[in-house]
Amino acid sequence: MKSIYKHHLFWPLCVLAALLLFNLFYSPDFFSITFRDGHLYGSLIDILNFGSPLILVAIGMTLVVATSGIDLSVGSIVAISGAVACLSISKASDQNMLSLILLSVLMAIVLSLLLGVWNGLLVSAAGIQPIIATLILMVAGRGIAQLITGGQIITVTSDKYAYIGSGSLAALPFSIFVVAAVLIAVTLVTRKTALGLFIESVGCNPAASLMSGIRAKWVLISVYMFCGLCAGIAGLLLSSNVSSADGNNAGLWYELDAILAVVIGGTSLNGGRFYLLGTVVGALIIQTMTTTIYMIGVPPEITLVVKAFVVLAVCLVQSSAFRAAIASRWKTRHYPGEKEITRHVS
Amino acid sequence: MSDAAPILQMTRIHKRFPGVKALSDVRLRLYPGEVHALMGENGAGKSTLIKVLTGVYSVDEGTVELEGVPITVHSPLEAQAAGISTVYQEVNLCTNLTVAENIFIGREPRRLGRILWKEMNRRAEELLKDRLNLNIDVTQPLHMYSVAVQQLIAIARALNISSKVLILDEPTSSLDKNEVDQLFQVVRKLKSEGLAILFVTHFLDQMYEISDRVTILRNGEFAGEYLAKDLSRLELVQKMIGKDLNMLEELPVLSEGKLDTAGEELVKAAGLGRKGAIEPFDLSIRKGEVVGLAGLLGSGRTEIARLLFGADKPDTGKLTLGGGRGTIHSPRDAIQQRIAFCSENRKTEGIIGDLTIRENMILALQAKQGLFKTIPRKRQEEIADQYIRLLNINPPNPEQLIRNLSGGNQQKVLLARWLLTEPDLFILDEPTRGIDIGAKAEIQKLVLSLSHQGMSFVFISSELEEVLRVSDKIAVLRDRHKVKEISDKDMSQHTIMQAIAGS
Repeated sequence: MKSIYKHHLFWPLCVLAALLLFNLFYSPDFFSITFRDGHLYGSLIDILNFGSPLILVAIGMTLVVATSGIDLSVGSIVAISGAVACLSISKASDQNMLSLILLSVLMAIVLSLLLGVWNGLLVSAAGIQPIIATLILMVAGRGIAQLITGGQIITVTSDKYAYIGSGSLAALPFSIFVVAAVLIAVTLVTRKTALGLFIESVGCNPAASLMSGIRAKWVLISVYMFCGLCAGIAGLLLSSNVSSADGNNAGLWYELDAILAVVIGGTSLNGGRFYLLGTVVGALIIQTMTTTIYMIGVPPEITLVVKAFVVLAVCLVQSSAFRAAIASRWKTRHYPGEKEITRHVS
Repeated sequence: MSDAAPILQMTRIHKRFPGVKALSDVRLRLYPGEVHALMGENGAGKSTLIKVLTGVYSVDEGTVELEGVPITVHSPLEAQAAGISTVYQEVNLCTNLTVAENIFIGREPRRLGRILWKEMNRRAEELLKDRLNLNIDVTQPLHMYSVAVQQLIAIARALNISSKVLILDEPTSSLDKNEVDQLFQVVRKLKSEGLAILFVTHFLDQMYEISDRVTILRNGEFAGEYLAKDLSRLELVQKMIGKDLNMLEELPVLSEGKLDTAGEELVKAAGLGRKGAIEPFDLSIRKGEVVGLAGLLGSGRTEIARLLFGADKPDTGKLTLGGGRGTIHSPRDAIQQRIAFCSENRKTEGIIGDLTIRENMILALQAKQGLFKTIPRKRQEEIADQYIRLLNINPPNPEQLIRNLSGGNQQKVLLARWLLTEPDLFILDEPTRGIDIGAKAEIQKLVLSLSHQGMSFVFISSELEEVLRVSDKIAVLRDRHKVKEISDKDMSQHTIMQAIAGS
């Protein structure tokens, strides 16, 4: 029992359950899932589907945070990736050509990887603090995305491209499979090879890691590269879902939601231990919250305030110091003097 | 002295950690105007007791009375306010702030909310000069000074608070002889001012030199309180270890007649040097040889080790490996060439605090094997169990986080980390610092028995006896110069001291 309570997923899952129950209270058919035209429909499916890009970005962010870094540029990479893919498709005469779609997707992914390498080089080779190093691409990347789209929203009319973000496979949204594939792949790579150990080691004590013979620079470059890749795929999902690329707004503030998801999931910003499943739950909490706020009809002008309060509550529940303070309030007060009397009898 | 009432009394103190019973039924009495030594092996509970006293940990059971009044401190800040000041084993200062800022942090002299910088610097300078005889520029950042000076500054910071009890947790572990004397002058002065001083140390000499009273802990239990003058060394050691122990005396026999068996040259440094660290030196290490480096703190011992391991790059000279195996450019190269280096900075260059004992052990081996040749989990567990038994690591739980271990046990885990890589040359920089006698002897024995099996060592220690005991040959350093190489029959405390002193 105690081990359940101590498990790192315990509090995130509690919060998620509480949010879902709250929804059930507001709309009794929240959990209902219907089957129509070969697709499953329902709020839970929507949360998974619309939450996919955030989950992806947050998974990438988890590894970066584990090295005690941070990547602020993910939102911009989301925008760039979507913009590149959509631009390439929109230029073609036949937008449904499979080779064109594959090529465009490949281009977007390679570019995201390169942007990740750029971040990684700034952090590891140039030794710039991660928050500053990635701030550069956060600002510049938004500009690059706008250059690619020419400041316009590029729309594409391609069923094949739209399939990535809004298609279905075995009655479930295709994006869920993308997320699952990435999650499984990264779990295998970090836990079945020594990469996970090296990431945690570098995040916790870089000097000691170097002395132990770990190539800290390569570890850093690889996590930023992976983070870029995740953001790139997320950009594809997002742009494909709406069949358009918006350089100004796609992926805006994603970095903040992703960092929040990572922290809710139990990975410390100080680096060290990381929890991929925790991050997924964290991202789901954020997505559920967004859905909830829309569903119960919170006026748009106070949406952010409500979100802030929920986030505060989540963080307080997660803080062991806060829980201890509350718990000690509930306990009866301790009087050392009274104990003393019984002791001196002997 | 002893007719006065104790100023601080701890009774029936209990403290448990998950899986570890750190303290059970421990007591401690501190008298004003006395230096009270707290002694015990690694993991005996000395640090825990101090952390309980200063409010870092809450106490599970028991009472603490200050001047006869029961107190409960919840934080170091409260302890400080109550008059209990502490200087911890590892210096807890901000190295990027100035010396003066470090001393006055949180209680800067101000007027109308504005910090009086000149006043603060002047007072810091006075404080250091008057009470510690330390004449330094207080406006320089702390990292400009050696660990020894940082330690004195940490003491100055504690001194500055008007305190009734001063706790010094192994303040001398990184000080050289002169600095220890300097510190003891300060301690005697404070003692005469009526302060109760709790002094934690591993050095028996220092204990007898400075202490009036001593409390001994063993395995988290109270093992006795004595007046220092009534307690013989042998009794003290027996109380600490809990058994009759003459293993330290058996040791010198082991290193005899070994030089003949020492084999071919393993590592050769010719004119190797680095500006500001160590002047060019020659050094040759043969197979199965233990090379001791002797010298005062900051004389260039660690700097030689770092050059040999590739942690620093030399500006001059050449490092060649025997058998035409080339040279070394990085720690990674060194590890591939079967060289291991156990750094003196256990906390910053050794342990990975958030990881378990098992993970810390396999780290270097895994890094050596590379990313994809992962050591299977089952093999990792076997390795961890094996070395926990071999080195007697406590607690014997491979999944315990290493930061929860005592310093000596952390050191053993690090030794295991390097032994796993099966090095030909093992560089040990202060491997026994802050470690109790029992573990010290174990480590020395390990060095000797491994060298008999053909492993070479570079052994660095501030304790001459220890260097003498294990080394086949000793390089003596003074002021960043290698001044002398002494081998075999010429090796004695006397010759080495002379070389260090330069007379």
